[in-house]
Amino acid sequence: MCTDCGCAAPTHPPDHEHSHNHDHGHEHGPRSLKIEEDLLAKNNRLATGNRQRFQKAGLFVLNLVSSPGSGKTTLLERTLADLQGKYSFAVLEGDQQTANDAERIAVTGTPVYQINTGAGCHLDAHMVGHGVDHFDLDQTEILLVENVGNLVCPASFDLGEDHKVVVLSVTEGEDKPLKYPQMFQAADLMIVNKIDLLPFLSFELEKCKGFARQVNPKIRILELSCLSGEGMEGWYDWLEEGVNRKKQ
Amino acid sequence: MHELGITQNLVEIAANTARANGAARVLSVSVTIGELAGVIPEAVEFAFDVVTRGTLLEGAKLVIQRIPGRGRCAACGTESPIDQYTFSCPVCDAPALDRLQGDELKITELEIE
Repeated sequence: MCTDCGCAAPTHPPDHEHSHNHDHGHEHGPRSLKIEEDLLAKNNRLATGNRQRFQKAGLFVLNLVSSPGSGKTTLLERTLADLQGKYSFAVLEGDQQTANDAERIAVTGTPVYQINTGAGCHLDAHMVGHGVDHFDLDQTEILLVENVGNLVCPASFDLGEDHKVVVLSVTEGEDKPLKYPQMFQAADLMIVNKIDLLPFLSFELEKCKGFARQVNPKIRILELSCLSGEGMEGWYDWLEEGVNRKKQ
Repeated sequence: MHELGITQNLVEIAANTARANGAARVLSVSVTIGELAGVIPEAVEFAFDVVTRGTLLEGAKLVIQRIPGRGRCAACGTESPIDQYTFSCPVCDAPALDRLQGDELKITELEIE
C-alpha cells in the first residue's frame, strides 16, 4: 500500500492523460489568479500519509539528524546490537551516495534499506514512503530513519516521524545549537555523543546544553558515548517509553 | 540547498493551476516567504530560472514578498520583531516567544494568459 504521491513508481497508478469532454471558455489577455498554497504542502501531505500508516502499524518512528560524522550510524549499530531480541527494528539510511551505512547496519541482521538522494540534501516524505515499502511494518516496532548528514535542510521536512532526534558530538563545538537553531528547535531530543572524548577537549558540556535550551526550552538532553557505552541506558529508557506509549 | 526542491514545488503548483485554467503561459508568479521559514529568497530566485525552463512558466517574473518575523512573549505579553536567532524576549528575556508571523512559505498569485 502506498500513499497517493502521484509519482510513476510501480506501486502507483500510471501517469495518464485525462480526456476532456467539455470546452474551455477562451479568455484573452492576462488575468490574475489568487491561490494560497503552502510550498511544502505536498511534502506535508505525504508526511501525514506516512504518519497514519505508521500509526496503524503501531510503529515508533525516529528521524535522526546531525552534521556528518557525529556518530549517527555508530549509535544505530550499538543500539541494534544491545537491543537485539528486545524490539524488532527497521532502518532507513539516507545519504547522497554509497550504500556504506546500509552495509554496516545489515551486519547486525536488522532489515535496512538505503536511500541515495544524489544531489538532494535531505530526505523527504516521498522517499520515506517508498523506502518503508521494503519492510513488513506490522512486524516492526521501531523504525529508525538516519537522515542525510546536514544540520540545515532536514529541519524543514516532516517525514511522518514521532520525533526528530538531533545528535551532536563533542568534537563539533558547543555553539552548534546557536548556529543552526532551526534544527535544534525542530528536535525533541538532543543526544550529546562521544562524551568519552571530553577529557581531551575544551568542549564545555554545560554551556552546550544551555545553548540548546536557549533555542528550545522543551528539548530533552542525553549524554552518551557509543564507544564506551556510558549513558546508553538513558537512551534505551527513552526508547522504551516511546515504544510503550505506542502500545497503549 | 533545499530551495531547489521548494522551487520545483512552486513551479509544479503554478503550472498545474495555469493549465487547469486554460492558460498558454504564466506571466508572473507571486510568493510569500517569511524571514523565519529557513528559506533564502535569493536561492529561490536562482533556482527559478533553471526550473522554469521548458514549462509554462518559462520567462515568467517571480515576485517575492518577504514577511518579517514577529513574536509575542508568553511571559510579559510584549510583541516584538524577531529574527531566526532571537530566542528570548527582547524586553524581559523570558525564553518563551510565540511566533506570530515569519513562518510563511506559500504561493499567492499567478498572472496568466
